[in-house]
Amino acid sequence: MWAWPKQLRERGVLGMNSRNIDYIGRSNSRSLYPLVDNKLKTKKIAEEYGMSVPKLIGVVSMQNQLQKMKQLLQGHTRFVIKPAQGSGGKGILVITQRNGDEFIKSSGMVLDFHEVKHHTSNILSGLYSLGGRPDVAMIEDLIDFDSTLSNYSYQGVPDIRVIVYQGYPVMAMIRCSTQASDGKANLHQGAVGLGLDLMTGRGVSAIQKGKSISHHPDTGYSFDQLVVPHWDQVLTLASGCYEMTKLGYIGADIVLDQNNGPMVLELNARPGLAIQMANQTGLKKRLQVIDNLIRTEHTDATVEQRVQRAKQLFSQNIG
Amino acid sequence: MSSRIQISIVAGLLILLGLGLALYKKIELGFPLSPGERQSVWTMESKISFKPAVGPVDISLILPEPDAGWVILNDHFASSGFNFSVEQGESERQAKWTSDVLNTSTTLYYKLDVYHSGKFDLGSSPVPAIAVPELAVDQQVAMDRVVELLREQSSDVVSFTAVLLQQLVQENLDQDMAFLFAKRGNSNLSVIMNILANAAIPAQTIKGVFLEDGRRRQQMDTLIEVYAGGNWYVFNPKTAEQGLPNNFFIWQRGDRSVLNVFGGKSSQLEFAIVENTLPIKTILSMEQKSKHWLLLDFSIYSLPVEQQGVLKGLLLIPVGALVIVLLRVLVGLRTSGTFMPILIALAFIQTTLFTGLLIFLSVVSAGLWIRFYLSYLSLLLVARIAAGVIVVIFLMSALSIISYKFGFEQFLTVTFLPVVILAWTIERMSILWEEEGVREVFIQGGGSLLAAVLAYLLMSVELVKHLTFNFPELMISLLGVVLLLGKYNGYRLTELYRFREFGKSEL
Repeated sequence: MWAWPKQLRERGVLGMNSRNIDYIGRSNSRSLYPLVDNKLKTKKIAEEYGMSVPKLIGVVSMQNQLQKMKQLLQGHTRFVIKPAQGSGGKGILVITQRNGDEFIKSSGMVLDFHEVKHHTSNILSGLYSLGGRPDVAMIEDLIDFDSTLSNYSYQGVPDIRVIVYQGYPVMAMIRCSTQASDGKANLHQGAVGLGLDLMTGRGVSAIQKGKSISHHPDTGYSFDQLVVPHWDQVLTLASGCYEMTKLGYIGADIVLDQNNGPMVLELNARPGLAIQMANQTGLKKRLQVIDNLIRTEHTDATVEQRVQRAKQLFSQNIG
Repeated sequence: MSSRIQISIVAGLLILLGLGLALYKKIELGFPLSPGERQSVWTMESKISFKPAVGPVDISLILPEPDAGWVILNDHFASSGFNFSVEQGESERQAKWTSDVLNTSTTLYYKLDVYHSGKFDLGSSPVPAIAVPELAVDQQVAMDRVVELLREQSSDVVSFTAVLLQQLVQENLDQDMAFLFAKRGNSNLSVIMNILANAAIPAQTIKGVFLEDGRRRQQMDTLIEVYAGGNWYVFNPKTAEQGLPNNFFIWQRGDRSVLNVFGGKSSQLEFAIVENTLPIKTILSMEQKSKHWLLLDFSIYSLPVEQQGVLKGLLLIPVGALVIVLLRVLVGLRTSGTFMPILIALAFIQTTLFTGLLIFLSVVSAGLWIRFYLSYLSLLLVARIAAGVIVVIFLMSALSIISYKFGFEQFLTVTFLPVVILAWTIERMSILWEEEGVREVFIQGGGSLLAAVLAYLLMSVELVKHLTFNFPELMISLLGVVLLLGKYNGYRLTELYRFREFGKSEL
């Protein structure tokens, strides 16, 4: 029923206090937070660094710009409207189809243009941002997610979370939306978290609401058949976020586009701890390996070197 | 690592410093560590306020001559800008303030610590000569009839007085008596004294103060004593009760006026009263030592009484903060708003726990319901919070009025709940409801209430109250403990459950 602290220490589980003091507090400078807390800023700097990101259609930053939304959306049939400073997937409107002024959501619900505008207005007034601060709305291209993953998702886009410590990818999982999570890729809302082997990108073990699970509850496909395509690219992209943000401890969220490959969706300076349950492996153990590595070896490794090193160090097959 | 060592050293020093100071106070100065040994020691602050008139100002205050077991431990005067002296008269001491010019309204202070050494009878007092006042003819006739009637109804001096006061208190007056008391310009007290004089009963007034903890603008009260068979018998003219009330501090016996102000107008004498927790011995030694020990000269006891009362509450907040840190860092309890539970706990101290919880829950749930309508209107955030504040105040007034009408007067304490905190709580809860669902509202709301209740329970322990007020240096130790907790990087209690899968043996 309960684990003893000794057991958790032996398994190298990272607790919330330790994450805050030993990793976030030590590796992440407070002044760099706005870069990751604001998705618009993240996108801009990612583009500067030549990273692949979902294409930005436009930004609505003031209520009076709502009038121009019609022109902005001209010719776009599949797009996403989201708050730049939202958290936990709140306030994201996904339009998958369009007939003139009829916009169809991923769930099949039909909205008219007025309702789309109203949603955008809510974003601007801060309904979805932390603490109700005024926000801006970003409109970007919808991701056509890679068809190999479609068997493992209900409605939503599966995204890959990679924890990057001092530039080294240390743990990864893929979050698959379910009917229980209402098509959202949020673990606490009932999405499935599937731990991934860093060497191969193959599914290791999965959990839903804290319980182990072997098949997707809606599609019925077995998780151990899942192998994330373009795996090296995913790790390279995530790892490169270290140079880009200078943050030592981040969670990079990456999506796979059918046509454009892996793209950085957003970054998180306070990534959650559930990834340990999905992988059934403690994070602290791996973070300490990286700490030792940096102490003993040269520190100016390139992104590719770091990815190769991490793959060897953390492959589930080896240990 | 070095920051961890630094914190440990600093925290260790702070803890030792606080404990050391407290121990020093205990061992060297004899402060008691537990509240059990205390006796009520009252600190009274007399405030003389008046407005200037023309010419020089001359104020004299007759200083108390404690009787019936009351003892004055020490007294202080505050008299900036005045010539001040204490004069010993024939029978009593008098404080005199004088000044040649005075332009503004002024307040003078006289502070004293008193305690009751036990229940003793009144001491002796010279029996005043009976001075029968001259009355108009019609009044004299009525007076004679009243005295005659009262004599018929009573057997001796004491019962005469008792019957008179009872009739007055019960407003059961016959025509003659009603006529005497209706005479304009005479207070009830002076009529009573006249009747006693006409009946040839030696009597005088006792001026003093009813002591109640936390009273701010207490006025001086007057009792009556009559002399019979070598003893004095005391009556309270307002209640007709016989005997000296336990909490009545005697200021002066006799009919002279206590405060005389020349060259000023609208003068007032008011008292602020606080009950202290120190035993007399300590107060006594404190008084003797305060000149020698810097630590005591800078203690809370050197503050004005009103501020001491405020600090009593303020000094409890660190204890509440410690509870919150423990619950969040060691247990992992989720609360809405980090220190909101402390404010709720402080309010609970005023309202008592059960009533407080009931009020809190009803105001928040009613507020949430109204807030849902406001959210439907999609208002701007600041306007929404302001609307929330107004709604909360409205709910609080409504709750007060309704409960009063139905006779649940304990609900009147609703006003002690912090309005703005309630409004923010409602706002946060409703956002939480929309974003994370009802479950999260109950988790965080329940967590906040649990934290508030635990903080309240700890803050209302007598020992904790005693230690925080009498040993404020323990706060330094508390600071050290909080610093240490801020560096705790072990697992939280809730994480032992969250990561329970890792406790299973297989890899």
